[in-house]
Amino acid sequence: MTATAVDPALFSSLDPPRLAGSACASCGTVTFPAQAGCAKCTGTDLARVELADRGTLWTWTVQAIEPKAPYHPPDDGFTPYGVGYVDLGDVIVESRLLGDPAGFEIGMAMRLTLLPLWPGPDGSPVVSYAFEPSGGST
Amino acid sequence: MSTEVAIVGVGLHPFGRHAPDLTGMTMGAQASRLALADAGVNWADIGYAVGGSNVSGKPDTLVGVLGLTGVPFVNVRNGCATAGVALATAANAIRAGETDLALVVGFDKHARGAFAASPADYGHAAWYGETGLMVTTQFFAMKDRRYLHTHGLKDRLLAQVAAKAFRCGELNPSAWRRTALSEDEIMGARVINAPLTQYMLCSPSEGAAAVVLARGDRAADLCERPVRLAAVAKRTRRFGSFEVFAPWLPPEAGHSPSVDAARAVFAASGLSPADVQVAQLQDTDAGAEIYHMAETGLCEDGAQQELIDLNETAPTGRLPVNTDGGCLANGEPVGASGLRQVIDIVLQLQGRAGARQVARQPRVGFTHVYGAPGISACTVLTA
Repeated sequence: MTATAVDPALFSSLDPPRLAGSACASCGTVTFPAQAGCAKCTGTDLARVELADRGTLWTWTVQAIEPKAPYHPPDDGFTPYGVGYVDLGDVIVESRLLGDPAGFEIGMAMRLTLLPLWPGPDGSPVVSYAFEPSGGST
Repeated sequence: MSTEVAIVGVGLHPFGRHAPDLTGMTMGAQASRLALADAGVNWADIGYAVGGSNVSGKPDTLVGVLGLTGVPFVNVRNGCATAGVALATAANAIRAGETDLALVVGFDKHARGAFAASPADYGHAAWYGETGLMVTTQFFAMKDRRYLHTHGLKDRLLAQVAAKAFRCGELNPSAWRRTALSEDEIMGARVINAPLTQYMLCSPSEGAAAVVLARGDRAADLCERPVRLAAVAKRTRRFGSFEVFAPWLPPEAGHSPSVDAARAVFAASGLSPADVQVAQLQDTDAGAEIYHMAETGLCEDGAQQELIDLNETAPTGRLPVNTDGGCLANGEPVGASGLRQVIDIVLQLQGRAGARQVARQPRVGFTHVYGAPGISACTVLTA
């Protein structure tokens, strides 16, 4: 069964999962998702790039109560979930987190994975991205 | 020399939860009338008005209630920094010679629970909201965790700040939350976004606030103890600052708009953070008060632990912060919140803050608001 991205602009590939961003031709600033203008140098020549799939946890929390709309809970209902920022080297990306929050620590090694959200019209899962502890060091 | 601007009247409709049929607009009209009465002037005397509301209607509609005098009326909607921007707009109208008397009013009536935000309003695609990343309290928790980690501060500091807020609320007859809570009660309460529990987060609430501004040479006639608006400034975010609703950050750190806005008001007023004797800082959560102390220059990063351990930020301390209980004890009607701050400082500088009055009569006050998506406004106020 093939997964469908919640927004195709987020990914350069789903298998293996890789995020897509943009890099500024003038100053090298990397953004996520891709954008049309550079937040640093105001340049408008940005090329699409694939982001690293491994990084370190920069900060995190747990969403313990169900957010209001436009949050879309899974079909089997809301359960608390981890949220964090993961430092990929040239950009720090906000992400859902998988794994036990009791083990989360700033600086721990993380890797990219897919996050199933809800079934699409054809029954195949709609997915976003998440990071999970990779157990090793980066 | 630029024209002086002074605050000559203040009016507050208490923040909290009110009757369902009491509209934000009605509260705004009440606060306006209180401010006009405090200044001893009439609505017809006002030559310029600025109003702010995030969700409760168009402020200039108030002319239908206050009187159709034909006054120019500007509406402001800049998130949590709305009132600061409104104040700056009115002060600039006085400095530009458009009027010598202006009214600034802010009001809001929010639904219960955390704010819901639309991704499109903030330039994000739908996925950002649908996947549960667009929640303000997540940002507060994550900025707090990063800040505490970077500067070696303990999580318990969050409870210490919240406990101080509720002690101040207990002393403030117009506060919403007037019951003191122990640090253990705060630490042990329901966790919303770790490390933040429910009492470490301000709640959206209802209320209104208004001030009357006058050109400096008229202030003494209108008010026994006018408070000089020594400087007011507003700023947006810069590259590298960690802001609410950000799917990404660059690895190079930048400073927040609060740093820029605070530097601007100190430079313009000729005063320094060391001169501040009473301050109001955006405390949307307990951690925000902690890092805003440093971002505005009131202390060094990491120095908060000792200041707070010694109770220096309480009304009895050396650097009283949020003596009316701040957002934590008053909740946040977004359009009015920054004017509540200004009113608290005005009352402190005039010696009419009641049970929460700072002991050594302060002469220099400071206010700071911060809001999504990375905006700040600050003032320096002097007796």
